[in-house]
Amino acid sequence: MERVAIVGASMTRFGQRDAWVRELLAEAGAAALDDAGVDGGDLDHLYVSNMASGEFEGQTGVPNALAHDLAATPAYTARIDQTSSSGGAGVYAAWQSVASGASDLTMLVGGEKMTHRTTAEATDVIASLTHPVEYKQGVTLPSFAGLTARLYLDEYDAPRESLGKVAVKNHKNGVDNPHAQFRKEVDLDTVLDSPIVADPLRLYDFCPITDGSAALVFCPESVAEEYAPDGNYAVVSGIGGATDTHVVHERADPTTMGGVVDSSDIAYEMAGIGPDDVDVAELHDMFTILEFLQSEDLGFFEKGEGWKAVEEGVTDRDGELPINTSGGLKSKGHPLGASGVAQVYEIFKQVTDDAGPRQVEADAGLACNVGGFGNCVTTTILEGSQ
Amino acid sequence: MSDHESDETAGSDADEQEEPTFEAAEYADGTVTYPPHTVGPNGAERVGTVDLREYEARVVTWTTSTATPPGVREPNTLAIVEFDMGDDYDGPVVRALGQIAERGSSDGDDGEGDEQFDVDIGDRVEPVYAADLRDPGAGIREPESQEWDGFRFRPVE
Repeated sequence: MERVAIVGASMTRFGQRDAWVRELLAEAGAAALDDAGVDGGDLDHLYVSNMASGEFEGQTGVPNALAHDLAATPAYTARIDQTSSSGGAGVYAAWQSVASGASDLTMLVGGEKMTHRTTAEATDVIASLTHPVEYKQGVTLPSFAGLTARLYLDEYDAPRESLGKVAVKNHKNGVDNPHAQFRKEVDLDTVLDSPIVADPLRLYDFCPITDGSAALVFCPESVAEEYAPDGNYAVVSGIGGATDTHVVHERADPTTMGGVVDSSDIAYEMAGIGPDDVDVAELHDMFTILEFLQSEDLGFFEKGEGWKAVEEGVTDRDGELPINTSGGLKSKGHPLGASGVAQVYEIFKQVTDDAGPRQVEADAGLACNVGGFGNCVTTTILEGSQ
Repeated sequence: MSDHESDETAGSDADEQEEPTFEAAEYADGTVTYPPHTVGPNGAERVGTVDLREYEARVVTWTTSTATPPGVREPNTLAIVEFDMGDDYDGPVVRALGQIAERGSSDGDDGEGDEQFDVDIGDRVEPVYAADLRDPGAGIREPESQEWDGFRFRPVE
């Protein structure tokens, strides 16, 4: 199996954008091609990670539209939909296309256009991923987070403030990300006094609704220096995908995300490293509670101890294990199909020593992209070539 | 489970039943799940149904959602509950997610407009039928694609 390198990366500004999904995808795609020094016509495969352009915008067939817009025809294209983990699933598809030998040059572009919808409408589009017995009760992804947060705080005797500190940390990190939707710090009182959305979680415990796109270019490591003449690129050293139950209440332990455990086990084994070897991580903090769950299920901390790491500053940018140096979904924003790609973009920047003011010491970095409420997960490990 | 009936029987009876049932599935290895699936969590075939109306449950966790989608009551208090399936049941826990009922609700009367019951972790609750859990025509899902009645939970007095 070919080892796979990432030799180009880009992301658009995340936030409320005038552009529609085709334009967002083309903006990120063109920038990634430029970063890798190639043209659309050089691509063998072109994947688009997108959850719901048909439901949000009435635009389907986006991979073919993008191939045309970037002069990438006759490249093979496919749309990767795995709800909020469409981006991670796209990374898996792009990696697989090169690792298998089916493609010598693949681009993945993830994107979503959401902000033209009301919060209630966007929430309903996302909640449509739930089982009929869940949907008819009016459940939303934020209410799953409220249910889980209450149980976590109760089971592990964690203070409510610890969740707020995730938001404070990630907003602080987002200040230095020029692509982030929110580039301003928030203090703990602001988080704890914000309106209740899904008790005990409040407005600042949730990521915003976002427009945006991100892109990555993949090739065999054996030819990576053709595209990265300075020899500075990233290698996908480990990747794993897994699922958990569709119906959330059927999980044995509601505070454990089985898909995170299983996908990271696969990724660690492939990379030949363990959680102690990870220097920086991008986790799917769609809700603050998810940063605790993932940091534990990835093996960074013992079960029920993730909140202590945040309290002690371990996950700060200057901490022992920086988490969400990009600002995370919380501050950077969460354009569904783009998020998993943007997580890997940040890790790519970190392991190639190109993250500017967000830079940390990182030889190996991990991205964990979650769909639904842990229903589908992709964990990706990148290591720098230098 | 001692009170299960075969799927065939349940199917033919369903048309004649007036009382809505809270249908969970039982599988050949004795496992029970809500909702029913094609096969059980261990791959065992489905052999019957269990009516969860006959069981009390305990609140595992709860939340009150104030940002609800179109057609959903606001606020919407939801709980994950775990059923007490009796000493003879040794399979995986049987849980459900459901709305917390309004104080004026009874079977068939959803008590719309009344205050929702307060619940806390560990509280004992029982199912209560509601004809419309949300407005089928207001959300993104095709109204004909699923049922919209079901069960809420209220504290056991």
